[in-house]
Amino acid sequence: MSIEVRNLRKSFGDFVALDNISLDVPGGELVALLGPSGSGKTTLLRIIAGLEPADQGTIHFHGEDATRQPVRERQVGFVFQHYALFRHMSVFENVAFGLRVKPRAVRPSEAEIRETVMGLLHLVQLDVLAKRRPSELSGGQRQRVALARALAVKPKVLLLDEPFGALDAKVRKELRRWLRRLHEEVHVTSVFVTHDQEEALEVSDRVVIMNEGRIEQSGTPEEVYERPATPFVYGFLGDVNLFHGRIHEGRVNIGASDLEAPEWAGASDQAGVAYVRTYDVELAPARSDASSLEAVVRHVRAFGPVVRLELELVDGGRTIDAHIPRAQFDSQALGKGRRVYVSPTNVRVFAQPS
Amino acid sequence: MATTALSRPATTAPRAIIRATGESRAVRWTLTTIALVFLALTLLLPLVLVFAQALAKGLPTYWAAIKEPDALSAAKLTLLIASIVVPVNLVFGVAAAWCITKFDFPGKNLLITLIDLPFAVSPVISGMIFVLLFGAHGWFGAWLLAHDIKIIFAVPGIVLATTFVTAPFIARELIPLMQEQGTEEEEAAIVLGAGGWQTFFRVTLPNIKWGLLYGLILCNARAMGEFGAVSVVSGHIRGETNTLPLHVEILYNEYAFAASFAVASVLTLLALVTLGLKSLVEWQQRHVTAERPGTDSTPERIAA
Repeated sequence: MSIEVRNLRKSFGDFVALDNISLDVPGGELVALLGPSGSGKTTLLRIIAGLEPADQGTIHFHGEDATRQPVRERQVGFVFQHYALFRHMSVFENVAFGLRVKPRAVRPSEAEIRETVMGLLHLVQLDVLAKRRPSELSGGQRQRVALARALAVKPKVLLLDEPFGALDAKVRKELRRWLRRLHEEVHVTSVFVTHDQEEALEVSDRVVIMNEGRIEQSGTPEEVYERPATPFVYGFLGDVNLFHGRIHEGRVNIGASDLEAPEWAGASDQAGVAYVRTYDVELAPARSDASSLEAVVRHVRAFGPVVRLELELVDGGRTIDAHIPRAQFDSQALGKGRRVYVSPTNVRVFAQPS
Repeated sequence: MATTALSRPATTAPRAIIRATGESRAVRWTLTTIALVFLALTLLLPLVLVFAQALAKGLPTYWAAIKEPDALSAAKLTLLIASIVVPVNLVFGVAAAWCITKFDFPGKNLLITLIDLPFAVSPVISGMIFVLLFGAHGWFGAWLLAHDIKIIFAVPGIVLATTFVTAPFIARELIPLMQEQGTEEEEAAIVLGAGGWQTFFRVTLPNIKWGLLYGLILCNARAMGEFGAVSVVSGHIRGETNTLPLHVEILYNEYAFAASFAVASVLTLLALVTLGLKSLVEWQQRHVTAERPGTDSTPERIAA
């Protein structure tokens, strides 16, 4: 069941939470809404669910207008950030709730409810805990009960608000993988909100990056990571170094160095920012060409396969980060205080609005 | 208890290690003694005296005072008032707490302040308000007289005054509880397809039941024991508009001490039963909350 969002606007007083958002989620996909807090991602999710009314714009489920449909008729599954399990009910009753509140005419029989609920609890690997109260479960188990409860009503779409936000790092990683597998099994159109780029890139089919109520870019994890469309996405996904300089006829001038920027061949003396990923740099003991920047090693963190260096540019004193393979670090003997020449291997230049 | 487990280097002076918030033994004993003596003098002693005075002239006199028709009628009226006031405040309290905690609307803070009003003003003034409104010379006095409706110096007046005085109990008990619980569970219920009443009876009510019961008990205790406001509106008509607290006063003013204390002891017993119920509810509540050891950080593994 696909979701089509068109020209959505929402403000809270003077604060514009959503500024003309349009978004398509194809049926069966798992989509991540990624952005910093205050970017409007949770508001968008709540409007899709019907928990919040939009000021303007429309929501369609599979071509059918749902904009004015009340929440309880939308048939969405919603997993809350803090799970919102019914604390006075057992795990079984929590999952059964959506079936028990159905109108008598369409309510399944007690035996059917039992079968559905136990089937779902089996799916989320909690069948042995059916009689427990939510308070007797760990965070990860509660999260899975919340998922089973949302799936019990056979939702058209599944919406998850920061599903792993309240869990510790280890449980989080496991649940992430588990959600991916669950989605392959159940295959319901799903949208989840997260501020964790790793989570979004690892789990989803598509990532929608939001900032200040707008969509910055939407695409597969590879697309958004390898080809960021805006400076914001560049800065938000992965570790990146910024170089402020002037763009002139296909080159960016940064201090005493020049970087090539062929896509700006027509520019003449314009302010610009060059983005370089921390791993897209080469370090050499001597100056190789005009693009290399002179720097001094200030700090080294040498654990794991990648060594992280903090370098201070000689010209201007700015700090940049460089991540280089361990083998290279060992062969070059890049100790603290060493003088090196940094050559960016992959530069993306954006003009700076004046 | 942690202090004994601490090992200390042999060189330091043998000085008891106290928690930062702890106090020395002498201070603790003194404070405890002061508190206990104060409680004994102001609470326990009067309680014992009530029963001692009531039984001073023997059991037969005690029984006679209680079985006297005016006393019985006062007891009946008190129960009648409580049985009207408590349900009314139950509905009002739940509705007020519900709309204050689950919705945002203009005038919300004003409503919260208004709910506290009966706690802030003297009960006598509460009674006076109703006399001013419904008394013979009050705002609606002439109209009520014309239609032969009696409110002041009659049961409706007592009900109104008692309702006013006891209005805050249930709402005050529920508001912090429901604020703490938030609206997420209700939202979850609605997303799952539950209607308004289903959400209330299946999700909201079970979550607040202990707080609600606690509020009900307090409300009932005050409804049966209220003196000031009721005294102003009742008119003290024996066998008609006398409640138990008013009856105690009348007997006392007539120098019928034994009878007065006998009736007072009935009220005291009601209070003790209320306190017992209240403790039971509190214990139950603690018992239920103690069953929640789970924390979000509990590590766990998922069978892959």
